[in-house]
Formats: sequence, C-alpha cells, structure tokens
Amino acid sequence: MTAKTISLTLKVWRQGRGEKKGCFKTYAARNISTDMSFLEMLDVVNEELTKKGEEPIAFDHDCREGICGMCGAMVNGRAHGHQKETTLCQLHMRHFSDGETIVVEPWRARAFKVVKDLVVDRSPLDQLIQAGGYISVNTGGAPDGNAIPIPKKTAEAAFEAAVCIGCGACVAACPNASAMLFVGAKVSHLALLPQGRPEAARRVQTMIRRMTELGFGNCSNEAECEAECPKGISIVAIARLNRELMKAEFL
Amino acid sequence: MNWFFEAFSTAIGKKLLMAVTGLGFCLFLLIHLIGNLTVYGGPGVFISYVTHLHALGPLIAVAEYGLLFFAVIHVSTGLLLFIQNRRARPIGYAVKRNAGGRTIGSATMPYTGLIILCFIVIHLLNFKLIDQTPQTVFNTLTNLFSVLSYILVYTAAVIAVAIHVRHGFWSLFQTLGVNHPKYMPFIQGMGIMFSLLIAGGFGFIPVYIGFIA
Repeated sequence: MTAKTISLTLKVWRQGRGEKKGCFKTYAARNISTDMSFLEMLDVVNEELTKKGEEPIAFDHDCREGICGMCGAMVNGRAHGHQKETTLCQLHMRHFSDGETIVVEPWRARAFKVVKDLVVDRSPLDQLIQAGGYISVNTGGAPDGNAIPIPKKTAEAAFEAAVCIGCGACVAACPNASAMLFVGAKVSHLALLPQGRPEAARRVQTMIRRMTELGFGNCSNEAECEAECPKGISIVAIARLNRELMKAEFL
Repeated sequence: MNWFFEAFSTAIGKKLLMAVTGLGFCLFLLIHLIGNLTVYGGPGVFISYVTHLHALGPLIAVAEYGLLFFAVIHVSTGLLLFIQNRRARPIGYAVKRNAGGRTIGSATMPYTGLIILCFIVIHLLNFKLIDQTPQTVFNTLTNLFSVLSYILVYTAAVIAVAIHVRHGFWSLFQTLGVNHPKYMPFIQGMGIMFSLLIAGGFGFIPVYIGFIA
C-alpha cells in the first residue's frame, strides 16, 4: 500500500527575534504524507527553506508524543488545530485535504510575547506556578503518599486536573486571553488532595492576583478553553477555583 | 473593610459581582414578567395590578434603590472587565474560529448589555419618570405600542435581553462555583427556557395590544 500524499499552501506568521512586528509568508508544502504529524510537515518545509538558504520557521516542540506541552500554534484559527483533545504534534495530516490553505499563527496574548515566528514566551505560566502552584513541604515517596487514605473519586478528580501540560492553548483560545483554566487546573489538582489543603487558601489568593499582574484577562465563561484543551480539562475546574477563592476570601 | 473591597477587585471577585447582581436582575425579570402578564387580562386587571404594586410604598422604594445599586455595580464592573479583557490581547488573530464553547450570547454580552442599558433609560422615561395622572398606565402602554418605531425598539430590546440571559443565567452559576456534570445540563437547559420565556412573555405584549386587545 502506498502512502497517500497531499500538497498544501501554508500562510505562516514570520517574526524575527527581537522584532516588534511580523507578517504572514506563504509557503508550498508539497508531497506531504498523510501519516505525518503537523510538526513533521513543518520539518519538511523547513528542510526545503534551509536548502534554499532561507531562515527555517521557528516552532516549539519536544516530546512529539502529546505529553510535554511544548508545541502549540493556531492552525486555521483553532488552538492545536481542529482535532479535539490533540496537541499540534499529534495532529496528523490525514485531517487535511489536498490543496488546502492553512493559516498558522502563534498564541496571541498580552502575557505571551512572540519570541520568534511561532515561538512565544510562556514563562508567565511558570510565574503563575511560582505564585503558589506547589506544596511547600516534602510529601515523601510513594509509600508515604499512600499512608493518607484518599477516596478514589477524589484522587481521580485531582488527576483529571493534574493532566494539564501547561501548553497555553486555553489562554490562546480564550477570547479574553485569560489563564483561568490553567490556574483552575493547578488549584483543583492541589486543593483536592490532603497534602495541598494547608496552603489552599493562600495558593488561590496569590495565584489569581498574579494572573492579573501578568496581563492575563478575566474569565467570562466562554468555555472555549475547555473545547480546545488537548487534555480535555473541564471548566468544572474553574468553578472549583471560584469556590476556593470564595472560601479563601470570605470564610 | 479593606479586605472586602480587595477581594472584589480580584479577577474572580469582579466575576462574583457580575454573577450576584445578574442573579438579582434575573429575579427582577421574573417578577416583572409575572406582573406584566396581567396585561393579557385587559385594562382592569392591569391597572389593578399597578395600583396594588404602588400600594406597597416603602417596599417599592427599597426595591428601586436596590436595583439601581445593582445596576451601577453590574454596568461599571462589566465595563471594567470589557476594557481589561480587550487589553489582554493587543494583537488579535488573522483567523479565529470558535471551538464550540462560544454561543451567540457569550460572544455578544457587552453589546447586548449596552442595548439593554439604553432601553432601560427609554423605559424609565416612558413609564417611571412621567406624570401618570392625565391617563391610565394602560393608555400609556397602548399609545406607545401604536407607534411602529417604538415596537421595533421594544422588540430589539426584548431580543437583546433574551440573548444576554441565555449566557448570563448558566454563567452566574458557574461563577458562583455551582457546576457539576450531574446538574449543569439542567441549569443550562433552564437558562435557555428562561430566555425563551422572557422573549415570549414580554415580546408578545405588543402583538396582543395591536391585534387582539
């Protein structure tokens, strides 16, 4: 069986390092195997650009298994492309048709500055973690963790939030560039577990204030983040974040 | 009290202000609709309702100042959120498609809100801030609904309220932390039902006045 190939027209955002402005440039991606991932397709385009002596398209990537959270771009106006619960590295070219034009843009947010082309600085997400997204005391090894009984339902709810890979798609998809799903996931993950409870109030208070300081917008319950999250994290996490803040501020 | 204002100035605090005042307006809309249903009973029933309502005296004053207070909070916080949220993405996308979360209601909240605010001013000028002695309130109603341009403005406002409530209703529960897969679909359904009820209940009044009464 021969592999199917398609040819595409790419409109990619190009912006040099340190440049304030960028522009779209059009590239042809020819004979792309439909078994390739989106990033492998960009690799092919970059090889051709390098051969021609042009600067290759810069994009973030690492594991290419959909678990590290490094990759991500807006593909035809959708974060990580149109496939549900998929990172850009796991978006395969079989989901595109021959002759299609694809617009590729970096995440856009006041908090995420464009470093180069499709690479944005997502360190504000790290700064949010530094504001309280951790447990201060050493919780020990696996046997120590098991010393405290946790209902399976609670452990699963915490895990559903802990699957966040910090890719920033929620911010990119949010019409307000808010990081509420990210903060909601971190606060949920830690507040649901007994080891995270002692610092739960202080954590939510500092993280939510830091979110605004870093230039992220406010949540208006558009639920676009939930629809684009490659890990399928629900806005139930945001509702829990809201409850945790109310508890911390008023109780 | 500093902690109190500080808490409400956070990103979630501002949402809470919108949610609580929004809940107040939903309750007001429901009461207002129930009261206005007396229009369908004819002039006698409607005038009797208005007379009984005004006989409540100080309770009405409390409700009016309460609603005004809520309106000031809802509009000013909404405006602040609108400005902050626009500033959070200075460079927009060349192509942006909805992923499925956005609804017509959620995408238009600031704009439907502005339409509602303008209509409330018109509505108060027509019914609250005029001398009602020369004619009955029912006559004021029929006179207004005999003007086609007013019917259009009224209908546009009713549609704006329905669209606003379609997102606002479930959204306020989400903000107050009331979201669980067990009952969120019910709350969302209630929101759609409530907005349809508002649209139908208020929207049918000019039709009734013009063609049936």
